[in-house]
Amino acid sequence: MEEYTLLRQFADSWMLLLLFTFFLGIVIWVFRPGASKEYKDTANIPFRHVDAPAPQQDKPATSKEARQ
Amino acid sequence: MSNYIKLIVLGLVVLFAAIGSNYARDLAYQVHAILVMIIAAGLFIWTLRNTDEPDILVDRSAEYMDGVIRYGVIATAFWGVVGFLAGTFIAFQLAFPSLNFEWAQGYMNFGRLRPLHTSAVIFAFGGNALIATSFYVVQRTSAARLWGGNLAWFVFWGYQLFIVLAATGYLLGGTQSKEYAEPEWYVDLWLTVVWVAYLAVYLGTIIKRKEPHIYVANWFYLAFIVTVAMLHLVNNMTIPVSIWGSKSVIVWSGVQDAMIQWWYGHNAVGFFLTAGFLGMMYYFIPKQAERPVFSYKLSIIHFWALIFLYIWAGPHHLHYTALPDWASTLGMVFSVILWMPSWGGMINGLMTLSGAWDKLRTDPVIRMMVISVGFYGMSTFEGPMMSIRAVNSLSHYTDWTIGHVHSGALGWNGMITFGALYYLVPVLWKRDRLYSLQMVSWHFWLATIGIVLYAASMWVTGIMEGLMWREVDANGFLVNSFADTVAAKFPMYVVRGLGGVMFLAGSLIMCYNLWMTVRKAPAKEASLTVAVPAE
Repeated sequence: MEEYTLLRQFADSWMLLLLFTFFLGIVIWVFRPGASKEYKDTANIPFRHVDAPAPQQDKPATSKEARQ
Repeated sequence: MSNYIKLIVLGLVVLFAAIGSNYARDLAYQVHAILVMIIAAGLFIWTLRNTDEPDILVDRSAEYMDGVIRYGVIATAFWGVVGFLAGTFIAFQLAFPSLNFEWAQGYMNFGRLRPLHTSAVIFAFGGNALIATSFYVVQRTSAARLWGGNLAWFVFWGYQLFIVLAATGYLLGGTQSKEYAEPEWYVDLWLTVVWVAYLAVYLGTIIKRKEPHIYVANWFYLAFIVTVAMLHLVNNMTIPVSIWGSKSVIVWSGVQDAMIQWWYGHNAVGFFLTAGFLGMMYYFIPKQAERPVFSYKLSIIHFWALIFLYIWAGPHHLHYTALPDWASTLGMVFSVILWMPSWGGMINGLMTLSGAWDKLRTDPVIRMMVISVGFYGMSTFEGPMMSIRAVNSLSHYTDWTIGHVHSGALGWNGMITFGALYYLVPVLWKRDRLYSLQMVSWHFWLATIGIVLYAASMWVTGIMEGLMWREVDANGFLVNSFADTVAAKFPMYVVRGLGGVMFLAGSLIMCYNLWMTVRKAPAKEASLTVAVPAE
């Protein structure tokens, strides 16, 4: 089979399926249980740390330590 | 030690540029070689004077890197005025051809100034706005200082050099004639270096973030940076004819070249002018409205739907060409589907104001942001409609396209950038408030009426010339000559030019207002030293 036809068939079938399933997966993942609570916190990121970065820590910051 | 390496590199650049300015095969290359030689020599002297001086290291990790953003804000306002001025001038050149002065033929005629205008507004005004706001947003939403130290300064100044090389190149005839990708090979290579540094600074800051999640604005900015890098590389695969000349030959040919150009061109709209500016929308509208985005879930779906669909929409620029039918149908279908995420994003931006609609009455800055989202909705409705083959057969090659582009560029990109600048200047220069809200209102109305004049006149002239071109008499002969359409368009061209004058006047008022904010507005005192919550 010539290269163009091969790529074209792959794009029309498996790749299309893969991309579409990935997208549907994201939509389902967004509505997973407990997402609303987490996103409420994430949506408020712009209202924290306006004037200065989070304080430095010796160890990597966990989610709690990032809060002022 | 690193200074010695810098000196060696700069010395080599000066030498190479000096040879280049002597051997140059064309004027654009020669001027650029001299320009690069002067800049590199200046940097050489500057580096030399700082070499072997004691290093004063200050730990600045406890503060944000805002200096480069302040420069970015100034550059945005400056290039904005330059780009709007060039646009207004070429609008009048179309209405009054005698403005193509005889003494400036070959330098300042419409054909040379038009790419200068498009690149100045898209890449200089829009690009600086994107770089500045992305540096601001990524620091605040990651709660971390910019990664890479002075690399951010390299990105800023490197990008300005790219703009100057591109703009002077157009005037002197250095162009590869690809729309929105006009700069020649050496300018493309330089932009690649700058862009990689930009990606490194941005990604580095995200990686060292202190917030557990990556805020949605950063997703949009990152998609913009990564996709533009990909588009730029593929669409600029050229082989220079000589290393001492600006002319290069593209490796793609025929319809493949056309398809790649419009895959690039439409995604420059989709990722430069849409994804990046949506990043702005998702940060600055919540900040100005003082409430979080309407639906964070919708914002995630908006993001993935937008980037999955936009990348396929390019072929709608090539209806009724040598491009296979299936490809142009694909582009058309994806353009129409794209309407959904676009309006999802618009609704998300507008509804962020739910419960705070009264702010529209009192705060002209939020009014500006809201109308920009309104224009986003309008042009993302108009675009899919124009991509339908039957509509496109009327609209293509007419002024309708130009009207569509400007309702998106002036309305959406311009207005959201103005809103962001009005937000940023008091924050960055630690002022209590803007100098004058009344001037913001003046800017708002001048710009809005200017855009309405522009878009409306282009609808009229575009549909008119489309209908005139296809009009045939009873025997099947074309009724109108091309010159007939040009003559018929004159009044609309004057109206369009006046719209441009109003938009330009508004931007000048903005510059004065921002300047006076820095000079005269009362300083913000309370929260300078102690970290306080946003409210």
